[in-house]
Amino acid sequence: MTKPKLALNWAASCGGCEIAVLEIKEKILDVANLFDIVFWPCVMDFKYADLEKFKSKEIDLCLFNGAIRTSEHEHLARLLRDKSKVMVAYGACACEGGIPGLANQFNKESIFQRVYIDTPSTLNPDKKFPQENYDMPEGKIQIPTFYDTVKSLKQTVQVEYFIPGCPPLEKTTWKALEAVIKGGLPPVGSYLGAGDKTVCEECPRKKDEKKIKGFYRSHLKLPEPEKCLLEQGIICAGPATRSGCEGTCLKANLPCWGCYGPAQGVVDVGAKFMSALASVIDSDDEKEIGKILEGIVDPIGTFYRFGLAGSILRRKKISQEKKG
Amino acid sequence: MIQKEFEPKIVGFLCTWCSYTGADMAGTSRMKYPPNILIVRVMCSGRVDPTFVLKAFREGADGLLIAGCHPGDCHYINGNMKTLRRFPLLVKLLEEFGIEKERIRLEWVSAAEGEKFSTVVKAFTSAVKKLGPLNWSMLENQKNPAQTGVKSESFSPDLREAEL
Repeated sequence: MTKPKLALNWAASCGGCEIAVLEIKEKILDVANLFDIVFWPCVMDFKYADLEKFKSKEIDLCLFNGAIRTSEHEHLARLLRDKSKVMVAYGACACEGGIPGLANQFNKESIFQRVYIDTPSTLNPDKKFPQENYDMPEGKIQIPTFYDTVKSLKQTVQVEYFIPGCPPLEKTTWKALEAVIKGGLPPVGSYLGAGDKTVCEECPRKKDEKKIKGFYRSHLKLPEPEKCLLEQGIICAGPATRSGCEGTCLKANLPCWGCYGPAQGVVDVGAKFMSALASVIDSDDEKEIGKILEGIVDPIGTFYRFGLAGSILRRKKISQEKKG
Repeated sequence: MIQKEFEPKIVGFLCTWCSYTGADMAGTSRMKYPPNILIVRVMCSGRVDPTFVLKAFREGADGLLIAGCHPGDCHYINGNMKTLRRFPLLVKLLEEFGIEKERIRLEWVSAAEGEKFSTVVKAFTSAVKKLGPLNWSMLENQKNPAQTGVKSESFSPDLREAEL
């Protein structure tokens, strides 16, 4: 019997997800025994042309990590979608846009301006920008198109399953792979390896009634041990975030950042997080509420740290007037 | 061609106990207010999840009104206080998204204040009219260039020149 075929790919991501796959340690040998790895550009030299030679739906499983930032990412997402029976969004970027999705507060123009002109370490007096097509004596050079808006994998192609996390924890990855190996996959659209409650359910800290008189970012306050961080005013995404990590950050005295994405049934992670946070303010006075809310300095970055691209509004509206 | 004046779409979330009854009062008293407001009745202004607000803007609303009982009058004791706490944060977030703060308004309208309801809707409609359309759904439907085969229009002319 031929082994089932496995493909892994990375798009707009930091590479952490590739390492997260190896986090399963010696079990990676089981994966190599059970699957025929046909595409994994991070670790082996595969050519896109080889991938194109596969028949449609010939690959059994594809783990795709990273958001869709350029035309190359989109091309590969579509190609792998066509060649794979099961497409899995692996990691926060593929699931909800992740950290690269925060660039949706800007557009191509402002990002290029910042990267190639404004950064203090850049010297570019001729204001040269990368060009998509360039004629060299040896021939034409082409680089991928850089998009204005980052998209999640789900917004680009149809996705069967999601494995959340930044990066997915070892047990999450293995639980998900086990489900694939042993069969008995849940209905299409499910999250693999993660829970369906919120991080608060798994958090070991003691929780009482929440009444907040001031918000602090995690570097501004030394947390008391064992007490719920949100009750101490430390901004924690636990109430809006999917369980499955077993409160890893909270055990290390750090608030939840929300990398496991929206909890089951939540449409917009930022809206729910914001709602949970504001409702527990201990004041009925408009002025005092305003003062307490000053502790939240970066609403998009706080509420949509991993989910801006996958959210309802998706991106910032950039005023057209400036462009002239 | 006759140039049509821009008519904003305004979504109004009204609490059933005070503001919706207040709107009813405006109606039964034959008070006039612009037809731009599309009313959604909710059990309490505290029921208005920020998700609803974001969704309304995404699906084409130009303005959004949340109206509930006066502080202290909530049918559920403190539902409207939750709204009061959430609202400034929601406005802050929307501003970061590029949605002007004038497009969203929180008002307290009691069941007896039909007149206030009609004044609020009149004032709000004309304020949103001045701002012009939000067109979030248009923004949403902008396809990436590779899908449409059209070259990206996001580059400003000067940046294009700088490139060449």
